[in-house]
Amino acid sequence: MSLLEVDKLEVSFGRTAAVRGASFTVEPGETHCLVGESGCGKSVTALSVMNLLVRSADRRAQRLAFQGEDLLELSDKGMARLRGNAMAMIFQEPMTSLNPAYTVGSQMTEVLRRHKGTGQRAATDRAADLLARVGITAPGMRLGQFPHQLSGGLRQRVMIAMALMCDPQLLIADEPTTALDVTVQAQILRLLAGLQRDLGLGLLLITHDLGIVARVATRVSVMYAGEVVESAPTAELFANPRHPYTQGLLRCVPVPGKIQRDQPLGAIRGTVPRVGPGFEGCAFRERCDFADETCSHAIPRHQAGVTHDFLCRLPA
Amino acid sequence: MKRGWRNIGTWVGAVIVGIAAFCALFAPLLVPHDPFAQDLGKRLLVPFWMEGTDPSHLLGTDQLGRDYLSRLIYGCRISMMIGVTVTIVSGIIGITIGVLGGFMGGRVDDVVLFAVTTRLSLPVVLVALAVVGLLGSSMTILMFTLGLLLWERFAVVARSTTMQVRNLDFVAAAWCAGCSRFRILAGEVLPNIASHLVVVATLEIALAILLEAALSFLGLGVPPPLPSWGLMIAEAKDYMFFSPWVIVIPGIALFVLVLGINLLGDGLRDLFGARSDA
Amino acid sequence: MTAIEVRNARKTFKAGKRTVVAVDDVSFSVREGGVLGIVGESGCGKSTLARLILGLLPADSGEIAIDGRRLVDLDRKARARLIQPVFQDPFASLNPLARVRDIVAMPLRAQASFSKSEVAKTVEEMLTRVGLSREMGGRLPAELSGGQRQRVAIARALVLRPRIVVCDEPTSALDVSVQAQILNLLSELRRDLGLTYLFISHNLAVVEHVASEVAVMYLGRLVEREPTEMLFARPEHPYTKALLASVLTPEPGLGVPDVGLGDTLPDPANIPPGCRFHPRCPIAEPRCATTTPAVKPRPEGGVECLLA
Repeated sequence: MSLLEVDKLEVSFGRTAAVRGASFTVEPGETHCLVGESGCGKSVTALSVMNLLVRSADRRAQRLAFQGEDLLELSDKGMARLRGNAMAMIFQEPMTSLNPAYTVGSQMTEVLRRHKGTGQRAATDRAADLLARVGITAPGMRLGQFPHQLSGGLRQRVMIAMALMCDPQLLIADEPTTALDVTVQAQILRLLAGLQRDLGLGLLLITHDLGIVARVATRVSVMYAGEVVESAPTAELFANPRHPYTQGLLRCVPVPGKIQRDQPLGAIRGTVPRVGPGFEGCAFRERCDFADETCSHAIPRHQAGVTHDFLCRLPA
Repeated sequence: MKRGWRNIGTWVGAVIVGIAAFCALFAPLLVPHDPFAQDLGKRLLVPFWMEGTDPSHLLGTDQLGRDYLSRLIYGCRISMMIGVTVTIVSGIIGITIGVLGGFMGGRVDDVVLFAVTTRLSLPVVLVALAVVGLLGSSMTILMFTLGLLLWERFAVVARSTTMQVRNLDFVAAAWCAGCSRFRILAGEVLPNIASHLVVVATLEIALAILLEAALSFLGLGVPPPLPSWGLMIAEAKDYMFFSPWVIVIPGIALFVLVLGINLLGDGLRDLFGARSDA
Repeated sequence: MTAIEVRNARKTFKAGKRTVVAVDDVSFSVREGGVLGIVGESGCGKSTLARLILGLLPADSGEIAIDGRRLVDLDRKARARLIQPVFQDPFASLNPLARVRDIVAMPLRAQASFSKSEVAKTVEEMLTRVGLSREMGGRLPAELSGGQRQRVAIARALVLRPRIVVCDEPTSALDVSVQAQILNLLSELRRDLGLTYLFISHNLAVVEHVASEVAVMYLGRLVEREPTEMLFARPEHPYTKALLASVLTPEPGLGVPDVGLGDTLPDPANIPPGCRFHPRCPIAEPRCATTTPAVKPRPEGGVECLLA
């Protein structure tokens, strides 16, 4: 059984369709990356799994299940029981998700006491253990500090430790290193990858950075204008991208050591369109070199292998 | 839901202010009688909703037989004139001081902060009373006294918003483009803080109108026989037990106008706030 | 001919009782037509350095000259004709209330020597040059996408035909596909107009793509400077090595590297004695904590490390 099953997820905010029929699964012990540019719906997808969307959002899906449990049918109370417990989330900007008025220690232990009813002493011990686990020296001192006393990298480590307090099976990380410096980013990702391997977590990682995807993902879903346009195991996707958007995206990234200076980078012309409900055809057609008139009709999903599929009129 | 209510408030405010502005502008064309003409034979006539009313005096007459509706409309003209003039005077002072302090920083800003603190420690009503007591009461003196006293909110808001805008990259870009300080202030900073200042201006108009009414009530504002609402309330207080409407009508008018201006100000703030988020 | 010459520039800020040294005795020069990339982590002083060179901030001490003339001797109009900026965030670098046309025209109008029709014509040419259509001239910044906004900022920077453009993280706020468009545009304009760039970025891959020389900045100092190929092929400073190691190239299967820098982050208000990098340095020796390294010259650059 998959840890997380998302089938034909649709999310819209008024006249904007943020997610349009996205389907993917996260297996236990795998890192699944949702990659795409801003506005492609990747963050909204994560938030709708956690049921953290704003009230005005309209969320529908054929199936949205965590460990076989239907999340669509779940009450707010049932969802609150899962959130921070069996599934936890890490956000891009740790400062906004930590409460500035409480110490790191009290925020970390509160999660455990609320979900598991653990005593204060045991909870503090566990918090200190986890802080050490995420590579924080002097965890005892850090427990007594307030979020603003920590650097960005330390705050993100605290967030990760806090997410791990209740032994989650699924960890959702939304651009966890975007606000950090490159050296700190490498450290945090190394930590996440290590924890994921050691604890056998399912990790849903949301990012715009193909470098991160290549280095940590087991499986990738490329999102564009609310759709998963291509999905494949990581090595397969980088070696054999089939969707024109994936191909274009890979050409855009300057690769150190393989750069011809002053030679133009591959670029995708135009910008990401805004798509309303009821949009038909391929959302990429305006920017695509291979587009013709058939691209404005329903687009088939092709299989390019057992675990590789893409959404394009071009044949596999 | 909340947004809907807010919207209704804004519209109510806008309509009230619109009516008041219309009355102020076209008062001579709107009044049914000369607001200064006394008719001692028709003293304290009752307004239209009471028994024994005179149909030519919709809101009745005052203790000297002057048409109350006409005086109310002229009073509106005076209130609006004072509100707007005081706000213009205090706005010019406050915005200049605040923008200079926020933009230049350093010493200049220290002086500005000191000036604001000094101004805040002056009791407005007492100072206004003293000035009017010394110089005598006239509309011009009243408007300039209040204008010279009510600039601090403009200064504070202009200063803090200028500081925010000053640090934005488009101001740096204008500097690099070779623009003069004046051009940067007038072309880049001021337009971007204007929305905040408009909100302050509405609040200042309301405050000035209330202060004028208070001073006139104390006999130190607008000199009689000008029909200021504060003065109307003051003159009516001797008759309030037998003819309560003479005090109720200008009181309600004052309340409704100030409420309307404040509602409009809140609405404008929401509107500008929403736009700067987008 | 040197386009930018910086001699012993120093800039400090007072934050309450603490003094933050943002730029500490930095010297370098950029030859005309070259692209100097400056890389470093947040708080290393690279943006402050950019602002010193643009004349947005006065240096505490030291000298900055552009195009052979001291920056302090230039009046605002002459300076504007020589050097222009492109900033990181295209949302903040354009006046939200001004039309695109007026934004691009601003440097021309500030010169006060062009007629109305000249301004209109030059602006239109410039908009076309950066790939914006004529109708865009009438739009407000809020009606444009991030990439279009950055094109407007580039048009504004180039409308006076300056010699030098300071690009402060010009693509960091953009999506990858748009980043590539903007980088291509910047390279093309540099070639066609013979521009010199000071290109500041935290993204080493981007710097490698555009820069002819790279300077690595750490806590206010330039710790290593080399021609781009040399620096990427044979980095000498341990910090440069760590920066290069932390670049995640899109190559699957390599995993995330261990950069080995520890979790103590540098504090510009409290600069360590000796080599300022020693608390994080994986190969530090005891003498690194006491001896301040001097710049060791290299044929086309230099490195500031006792062990190099």
